[in-house]
Amino acid sequence: MRYIRPLSIEDAVGELAKAVGPAAILAGGSDLLVRMKGGFIEPELIVDIKAIGGLSDITETADGFRIGAAVPCAVLGENKALRQAWPGVVEAANLIGSKQVQGRCTITGNLCNASPAADSVPALVAAGARAIVAGPSGKRTIAVETVPTAPGRTSLAKGEIIEAILLDKRPDHAGDAYLRFIPRTEMDIAVVSAGVNLTLDDHGVVKTARVAIGAAAPTVLLVEEAAQVLIGSKLDEETLERLAKICAGECRPIDDKRGTIEFRRKVAGVLASRAAATAYKRAGGK
Amino acid sequence: MNFDPRFSGRKFSSVGTRPIRPDGVDKVTGRARYGADFNMAGQLVGRVLRSPHAHAVIKSVDTSKAEKLAGVKAVITAKDLPDLTDGDTAMYDILDNSMARKKALYDGHAVAAVAAIDARTARQALKLIEVDYEVLPHVTDVDEAAQHHAPLIDDTIYTEGLEEKPAKPSNVTKRTQFGHGDVHSGFAKADFIVERSFKTEQTHQGYIEPHACVASVNADGTADLWVCTQGHFVYRQHCAQLLGMEASKLRVTSSEIGGGFGGKTHVWAEPVALALSRKAGRPVKLVMTRDEVFRASGPTSATSIDVKIGARKDGTITAAEATLRYSCGPYAGSWAEIGAMTAFACYKLENVKTVGYEVLVNRPKTAAYRAPSAPMAAFAVESVVDELAKELGMDAVDFRIRNAAQEGTRSSYGPVYGPIGIGPTLEAVKNHPHMKAPLKANQGRGMACGFWFNFGGQTCTDLNIGMDGSVSLAVGTVDVGGSRASLSLVAAEELGIDYSQVKAIVADTSSLGYNDMTDGSRGTFSSSMATISAARNAILILRERAAQTWDIPVDDVVWEKGHAIAKGEKYGNLSPLSLKDIAAASGKTGGPIAGHSELVADGAGVSFATHICDVAVDPETGSTRVIRYTVVQDAGKAVHPTYVEGQYQGGAAQGIGWALNEEYIYGKDGRLQNAGFLDYRIPVCSDLPMIDTQILEIPNPNHPYGVRGVGETSIVPPLAAIANAVSNAVGVRMTHIPMSPPRILAALEAEREG
Repeated sequence: MRYIRPLSIEDAVGELAKAVGPAAILAGGSDLLVRMKGGFIEPELIVDIKAIGGLSDITETADGFRIGAAVPCAVLGENKALRQAWPGVVEAANLIGSKQVQGRCTITGNLCNASPAADSVPALVAAGARAIVAGPSGKRTIAVETVPTAPGRTSLAKGEIIEAILLDKRPDHAGDAYLRFIPRTEMDIAVVSAGVNLTLDDHGVVKTARVAIGAAAPTVLLVEEAAQVLIGSKLDEETLERLAKICAGECRPIDDKRGTIEFRRKVAGVLASRAAATAYKRAGGK
Repeated sequence: MNFDPRFSGRKFSSVGTRPIRPDGVDKVTGRARYGADFNMAGQLVGRVLRSPHAHAVIKSVDTSKAEKLAGVKAVITAKDLPDLTDGDTAMYDILDNSMARKKALYDGHAVAAVAAIDARTARQALKLIEVDYEVLPHVTDVDEAAQHHAPLIDDTIYTEGLEEKPAKPSNVTKRTQFGHGDVHSGFAKADFIVERSFKTEQTHQGYIEPHACVASVNADGTADLWVCTQGHFVYRQHCAQLLGMEASKLRVTSSEIGGGFGGKTHVWAEPVALALSRKAGRPVKLVMTRDEVFRASGPTSATSIDVKIGARKDGTITAAEATLRYSCGPYAGSWAEIGAMTAFACYKLENVKTVGYEVLVNRPKTAAYRAPSAPMAAFAVESVVDELAKELGMDAVDFRIRNAAQEGTRSSYGPVYGPIGIGPTLEAVKNHPHMKAPLKANQGRGMACGFWFNFGGQTCTDLNIGMDGSVSLAVGTVDVGGSRASLSLVAAEELGIDYSQVKAIVADTSSLGYNDMTDGSRGTFSSSMATISAARNAILILRERAAQTWDIPVDDVVWEKGHAIAKGEKYGNLSPLSLKDIAAASGKTGGPIAGHSELVADGAGVSFATHICDVAVDPETGSTRVIRYTVVQDAGKAVHPTYVEGQYQGGAAQGIGWALNEEYIYGKDGRLQNAGFLDYRIPVCSDLPMIDTQILEIPNPNHPYGVRGVGETSIVPPLAAIANAVSNAVGVRMTHIPMSPPRILAALEAEREG
């Protein structure tokens, strides 16, 4: 096994592109090291991206935020501007694992691990986040929901690395929220989860909405129909009930050790409606 | 030796205080040496190959490729652990469980093991071992396994305890029955009868430290074993017998222990490590992974229990009956029998009958878990008791007080009780402010009682007095819950010296006579008795030395507050001699001073507890939070009250995990799906409220200080207390443990749909 710590994204891409055996990217390592210890993967090359310039920074730009691929989730929670603009994304990132894990893990890693139960992904999808992908043929920017394609699989080609996640600048009257269900209070994995992102007009009417459900299908679901129900409403009780019903219906969950199909359906709806209510309040709605 | 163990009602100066624990600094600084912290020069890494099948004939094991791998020093199979058990079926089961002989009986059953120069080589070697399995039908559910058509796990077993020997073999290994009176006539007298069936899923003790040992078999046939265990003397006996060694040639040293709760009373990896070391001629370290701990150590039984209780309108129970089916894993056990004994132990009953069935399943061999078998029986019984109180329109506490066992009551399992604490714990609960605190919407309160026998057993202790007046106490009961602190307090008390002058250690198997293991809540009970006895023997010598110094008869020397005092006016001018004075002169008065004790500690007093629990249930998700919890338990005498409170809290915490989320989940393929702490959900700190405790002290008449065991009873009531609280919160009776969110939500939805 070879461990390298390149100083530029080009070097990292080059090493990954020419790797012969299995290769892995190391940022926080909170998934990679666990899988290596468990004997599930035995990479021949490990590319540590933490020394690459800019990858450990959160930058506020005219268009919004650029979150480097190696920024630990705990650092997101310490960024006041980000917390104010995207509280739902930050709360999702700060639910992953334990306090110690949050000091290492990254939202980019969470995205690329491609678990349907990833905590930060539904919040990122609801937020309309984009990823900058660096690869052998240059850079491209893609919607985060196009990254995971199945449990443990992504759309990234050989040699490609996500170097940053982009979040838009917030307009007035905007709010997002993320909720997950776990049987414990922390250090657990989502049985089912929901992220909601809203913008309101000056009268408190929902102008735009995005609703994402996690751990209820092979990848995170962006539920268009649920967003349509919210748009034009002030989130009255009837709207929230319809939202819950649509989300429950759109789920394609499985029975497993963490929950049943019936449980996940029902709770997906409950969480979507609770997250929508929180996002609405954060957006200044009453 | 002349030792009077009867309770004397003395006043205490050290016992009952709360000094800091002697092992505390090492533990919080990371210096304490646990099982995996011991290393030897030249040691190899041992790893075990485990069956992926729940039930399979092992047709052949080919180790030749693994043996040829560079760095591999030994590969063993069952052939390297020949059967020397000579008809001892319990030992044979331990042997077969350590290394499968003909069949793999559960997912995780050991089939081969390697010792190699490093972990990577050992892992590679495991991949090179070829096992030819013939997969058999399996059964993991306790009720399914008890059916006639179930796959047979051992076709040589015929149910014991039936009136006639059955014609066919069965997975039900034994039927046992307890009780007295006539339940049929008792039920005929009842105005109200409640009858229900319950299930509890299998749980693991969840100790944080995995099993770990270093085994070193020497060329001369002697061997050393350093190991994390609750009973190093028992491990010595078992390992020596399985390996065909004389026990005296195997020296076992116990490490600090990161939790055992009954799960470290049994050998698994240790005989394998010794066999590997014997074959390799080098020390072998074997540490189980968490996955292996879950799949292949000794969780508790899954159960299926039916309970029927009848009462008259005035609240008197007229009859009580229970049928209990407990899973044993693939080897015979007596787990249902214990459940059948404890089920109704809290109550004074004219007519009571319990029947236990031991059931084989393709799961790991059941081991003890803190008051083994009692929590599940208490869950079923206390749920029905609560429901019956409701039917009667009586307060749940008052109903229990009315029927509580007392001194002189004939227990449901046979013996007549001496002074006991069930009544006092119930009265304390009735008067506790927790019972009167208001509840909000979706919150519920429950309470329940629990019983545990406690145990005494064989104990051997040395107390040595140094020339500087310090006292070193060597005990043979492993310190799992603070016994070094409590035994030091006891030695200080008896000798009349300060706690800081005493240092207790756990001696290895070559340094002391045999000690039973630390189970049955016996550590402090039995070893404190032996410590008192050893201290009294030392005091006799201290008095003799003083008498010799003063040249007066020893009968005229008494021992008071750490000093020898010449008794009587004629010795008025003799100043008392302190323990330190006598110790300092000991070189000239006859040599070192020590007290020894060996005894069987009889009369461990039975123990009772009553718990109160408040929960909040989210009716939309079934999520349950325990928001307040109170433990009231009889300790006999709390030697170190902080430790006693810790035991109360620990039992409650484990019970909360068991009640709400912990369970072994098997797939249809018979494989364990959640062999890790992510999906086997023990509570984390933030899941628990501060657990309030109240210590009652109803002295055990059979111990000089009145001590009873305290470690286990605290896990008996929680399943029932929480089930009663959840049922009161949501209005639906929960009959399946754990009450995980999907189970609660399903029960609520079923109720809503009517």
